[in-house]
Amino acid sequence: MSAIESIPGFSGPTDNGLLRFLTCGSVDDGKSTLIGRLLYDTKAILADTLHAIATTSQRRGMEAVDLSLLTDGLQAEREQGITIDVAYRYFSTGRRKYIIADAPGHEQYTRNMVTAASTANLAIILIDARKGVLTQTRRHSYLAHLLGIPHLVVAVNKMDLVGYDRAIFERIRDEYLGFARQLGIGDVRFIPLSALNGDMLVDRGANLGWYEGPTLIEVLESAPVAHSENDERFRFPVQYVCRPQRAGDPLLHDYRGFMGRVESGSISVGDEVVVLPSERRSRIKGIQIGGRSLTHAVAEQSVTLLLEDEIDISRGDMIVRSGEEESALVTRRFEAMLCWLADSPLDLNRKYLIRQTTREARGLLDGIAYRLDINSLQQLPVGGIGMNDIARVAFKLAQPLVIDRYAENRATGAFIVIDESTNNTVGAGMIL
Amino acid sequence: MNAPIFDPAPALYRPALDHLDWLEAEAIYILREVAGQCSNPALLFSGGKDSIVLLRLAEKAFRPGRFPFPLLHIDTGHNYPEVIDFRDARACELNERLIVRSVESSMARGTVRLKSADESRNRHQSVTLLEAIEEFGFDACIGGARRDEEKARAKERIFSFRDEFGGWDPKNQRPELWDLFNARVHKGENIRAFPISNWTELDVWQYIEREGLALPPIYFAHLRPVIRRGGLLQPVTELTPAHDGDMVEQLRVRFRTVGDSTCTAPVESDADTVGKIIAETATTTITERGATRLDDQASDAAMEQRKKEGYF
Repeated sequence: MSAIESIPGFSGPTDNGLLRFLTCGSVDDGKSTLIGRLLYDTKAILADTLHAIATTSQRRGMEAVDLSLLTDGLQAEREQGITIDVAYRYFSTGRRKYIIADAPGHEQYTRNMVTAASTANLAIILIDARKGVLTQTRRHSYLAHLLGIPHLVVAVNKMDLVGYDRAIFERIRDEYLGFARQLGIGDVRFIPLSALNGDMLVDRGANLGWYEGPTLIEVLESAPVAHSENDERFRFPVQYVCRPQRAGDPLLHDYRGFMGRVESGSISVGDEVVVLPSERRSRIKGIQIGGRSLTHAVAEQSVTLLLEDEIDISRGDMIVRSGEEESALVTRRFEAMLCWLADSPLDLNRKYLIRQTTREARGLLDGIAYRLDINSLQQLPVGGIGMNDIARVAFKLAQPLVIDRYAENRATGAFIVIDESTNNTVGAGMIL
Repeated sequence: MNAPIFDPAPALYRPALDHLDWLEAEAIYILREVAGQCSNPALLFSGGKDSIVLLRLAEKAFRPGRFPFPLLHIDTGHNYPEVIDFRDARACELNERLIVRSVESSMARGTVRLKSADESRNRHQSVTLLEAIEEFGFDACIGGARRDEEKARAKERIFSFRDEFGGWDPKNQRPELWDLFNARVHKGENIRAFPISNWTELDVWQYIEREGLALPPIYFAHLRPVIRRGGLLQPVTELTPAHDGDMVEQLRVRFRTVGDSTCTAPVESDADTVGKIIAETATTTITERGATRLDDQASDAAMEQRKKEGYF
């Protein structure tokens, strides 16, 4: 019987969806060991993989199997003994599937953490119990908050090295809470654990009897997945227009399907809609997925919408619910928090391509308010924006975008910046 | 102070989509992004289970329209005939265009030279693929690779950039944030798009079951002459005959992955239905590649090396 099956209330084959979470911390915090332990204790590690890392552990003169080797990735990283890129890992408890985004913790890898955080709905912030809240803890927490991750779990690790001392755990918790309030972080909970020994991850272990809260896996199993908590407004960026026009099939002659994913909210057949930016109106005639008809579609579903009226719609247009069109802003200027991802610094005089939802517009920087020191969270005077910098900026655009504030909608409030000379993604931003 | 943050009543957070619905919706979104952003994509279809899943996802993404891309198979000439038959039948049934380019043609042109006649042609597929990309001017290739398959794949992007030599430089990949994929390329460069990146082997089998997808028969338990070699089962075929002293056994086996017959090994199994395969996969103790790929055994970094050379 696996440890998972033994958790009360976790029996039965119910599918409780998919949770994406992020782990932040450095090698020293035991992050790789924590992930390795989660994968191992949930039986996601298979015998041949385990055999391979056991052999490597032995070769490196270690007594026990080093679970951190499970997350070792590319040759270059193995040579340097560090993680330099975001890696994605998978496990399932039978009730829920998980995608872990494993980001390196060092300051120079801010861009990796921002990348990993962009798709996560929960973040595990690792703290070494011997060291307490560090500069990097603040940095990780701020970035998780900036990227709009609604749920934080502070894992106070290496409790075995501080004698499983409750007072130490509580002191770290209190210090963190003070700082979290300052940042405006709402949802945070704390778990004392030892990834090395497996205490409070999947099994409770025998060493933390004074802790009555849930284990890490219990928190993960009950955490809300994206789009499950708040009522959201309907947003449907059109990705592709389907016009089969198959000769000899009169049924398909007038078929015009608007394909895309419901980024937030929901829609039903018969609902009145508005297309932005054109402001043309119509009504939902049909909702289909692969030829099957639905009456209703919800956030994260990829569907095809059919409208009552023949109106001109193309990729990049946004379909919203009638009566809510005022809530989406059609604009040629916006302010945002920008994270620079490229080696070459932001060029103030150049036009960049801004991609937001399925729409693109040329943009020019229209002012920098400040640059942020992500360690002290101080606002710095602007000298320039280089790799891993975060700054508050404004962009003006050659074509309008249909935007929401990132804090209200992560899908329609996010954008990337593309350098047209290299086609590289050089920046990422959150609209304010 | 450690009051519960997440409401313990699971009913409140009942997700609207189960995990397969979510993965399906994400894959459809990725396929449509390829169609929306790229001018001349192709979908790599081998007749293997992952690419069979891709075809169903493409149906869900684009029907009642035609697929906005042809199907492309790079044939080593060493594939199992059942798989090739299945490939042709499926393309015909879908009424979609299938392009086949063969490693043998590259050998005839001299762009592929084998070290010996019995060397596996698997890694040479890269050359033929790049030749096909050039011939047709494809700016994107959609493939069925998954991040759970192998270490080097765990950091692979969903839209993976390849330079004009088809090379994959792990240090020069575009940051990929949210679902804002960047498929822009210059002429000659190429994107490999992986719609089922986030799926595991088990997810693939569960989806095959849910959708009732047909598969080539060699995925199901059948009797086959094999030789035990280094912990793996080597099938006895015309291309991989038994040598003197080999002990040939008739075993009940199935393939977990099908590729070039010189480098794909079956596993012992009685699972003759998708349901039984799922049960076996859920309790298996060996990874898919570990059990079945003779070519990844070479070294810990074997896959990474092949990808840098343009391997799919």
